[in-house]
Order: sequence, then C-alpha cells, then structure tokens
Amino acid sequence: MEEIKPDKTINIKGLVCPYTFVKSKLAIEDMEVGEVLEIVLDYPEASRSIPKSMEDHGHKVLKVEKVNDTDWVIVIRKERD
Amino acid sequence: MELNDEQIHRYSRHIILPEVGGKGQKRLLSARVIMVGAGGLGCPVGYYLAAAGVGTLGVIDNDTIELSNLQRQIAHSTERVGMHKADSAKKTFEALNPDVNVIAIKERISKDNILDLIKDYDIVVDGSDNFPTRYLVNDACVLSGKPLVSGAILRFEGQVTTILPGEGHCYRCLFEEPPPPGLVPSCQEAGVLGALPGVIGGLQAMEVLKLILGKGEPLKNRLLIYDALKASFRKVKIPKNPKCPVCGDDPTIRELHDYEAEYCQMRF
Repeated sequence: MEEIKPDKTINIKGLVCPYTFVKSKLAIEDMEVGEVLEIVLDYPEASRSIPKSMEDHGHKVLKVEKVNDTDWVIVIRKERD
Repeated sequence: MELNDEQIHRYSRHIILPEVGGKGQKRLLSARVIMVGAGGLGCPVGYYLAAAGVGTLGVIDNDTIELSNLQRQIAHSTERVGMHKADSAKKTFEALNPDVNVIAIKERISKDNILDLIKDYDIVVDGSDNFPTRYLVNDACVLSGKPLVSGAILRFEGQVTTILPGEGHCYRCLFEEPPPPGLVPSCQEAGVLGALPGVIGGLQAMEVLKLILGKGEPLKNRLLIYDALKASFRKVKIPKNPKCPVCGDDPTIRELHDYEAEYCQMRF
C-alpha cells in the first residue's frame, strides 16, 4: 500500500480520554477538507475510540497501526468541515 | 483566538460535540449576552451561560438581595443579603469561570436607557417579573433588531419563547398590550415553587447557546409552556401578527415608552 503523507502530525502521548479525541478534533478542525492528519498516541483505549469518533464525525480513517510496544499511529483524512 | 490548555480541559465536553467543537467554543467565548434581571430566572441563565464560556455577560438589576429571594435565586447566598444582585451575580459567575467578564449594571431600565444598555450585545435575555419591563424589553429588541430570549414564571407554571425580530413573532403579536394592573398576580403575591426558575432559566440558557452556535431550531413563533404539577411541556404556535403594533407591517409603536409600574414593583 502506498504510504500516505500527512499534512499535519500531532503527538498526544501521555494524554488520556477524552483529551486524546479533544486534541485530535481541534487539530482536524484547523485543517482543510481532503488534508490528512497523523496522530501519535500511547493510550490503548484511544486507539479504538479515536477512529470510531472520527468516523462518527464524518472523517475517513486511513490507518490504525501499533508501531511499537507503547505507541499507535492513526491517520485520518478530513472529509467535512 | 486559540484555546489554551485550561480552556481545552474546561470545555472538552463541548469540543467533543460535532455541533460545537473548538469553533463553536470560540464563538461562545466571543459572544456578548445581556440579561434583564439577576433574580429567579437570571441566576440559572447566567450560571449556565458563564459555565458554558459565554465571554461577556451584562447583568442589569437595581435590586438588593433579600432573604426571601434565596428560596430560588441560586447565584446569591445568605451572607450576601443586602448586596446588589448584579454584584453578587458577577461574583458568582466569575468565580465559576474566570474566562467570563460579567458587567454588573445597577440601573433600573427605562425607555431612556434600555437601547443604550443593549446596543453592544448580541442577545438579550428577559428574566424580569413584570409586564411593564417585559413589554419595554420586547419593544426595545424589536426596534433595535436584537434577538430576545424571554422567560416567565408563576406558581407552578413557566413559559419560554425566542423572539427574532424580522423573522418571527414578538411578544406583542400574542398580546398587543400589557394586562391591566391587578389582573395578573406577581410572584410576590402568588408565589413560585423553588426549582421552577431553574427549569425555565435552563431552557432560556439553552436557547441562547443555540442562537450563538447557530444550531437547532429556536423557539421562534412558538411559546413553550411548562406545567410543573403535571410534569408536562406543550408548545403553542404564535404566528407573526401582520397587524402587530410594533413588529407588524404598519407599526404604530416607533419609539419606546414606559408603562406605569403601578401594579408591580420593578423587582426581579
């Protein structure tokens, strides 16, 4: 699969729910439709809840990947304002 | 304006909502709302607007706190009896949320000052308890094109309506003139059960937040009536009256005038 280049990356390691999603949402709000956000996080529950919430908000989840023992990377494409 | 970390925490339950988000929260923080009265209705309205982060709150009230107010006026307290309600409200609301700037206006509103008092605000909230004030506030909002969220309570019943001048009804579309003195009792004469202003004030605060956010359907051309004893709500249609003396096609009221407050002290 072709690697997607994010337009913005945020590191929310150390944050727990709901601030993981709050920070992600604030980041995506400031982006243009079609742009891609990469989120680096280490709170296990958020690796499931962020993709679900982003889909509920109408965005496209492009990737959810555990990259090492502690961290996940989630990639979201903004689909709507 | 960017939200700081404390604000991101404080408003996180707003930011999560698709209808609000960071953008909506910034709108709330930039909004200016003025309330007529810091009594039964003004207390919960101001409390919730302050909590929600409505950035500027004007509070008009010329009264001081009495012990008999405290059964329902939750922004005040026993140790503040004798203090101006506007000052007490400022203290309470700013303690809840330091993001909010509360402007205490210790004046009695009249035809001579109301337009000037409301001109720098986006939305007006009426929590007054008498008809002269209610009609004055309605006329001032219609003449200056300000949205008005109006609430009223008595005994076990309350009502809320949202007046959007030019778009929907106004208070005079329903009743052209205030009732004659003595016909409708005031709270002082008829009583009010303590939590009732909380219900109605909460609904008013919600209408204000919806207007600021531009979400949902305002209570335009509608009067929402709550009967506490039956635990029932009903919504009554109030069509805009083309013959309304203030907002109709050929209005006869083109400037403000005061009604004699002979049947009710101007008390919120």
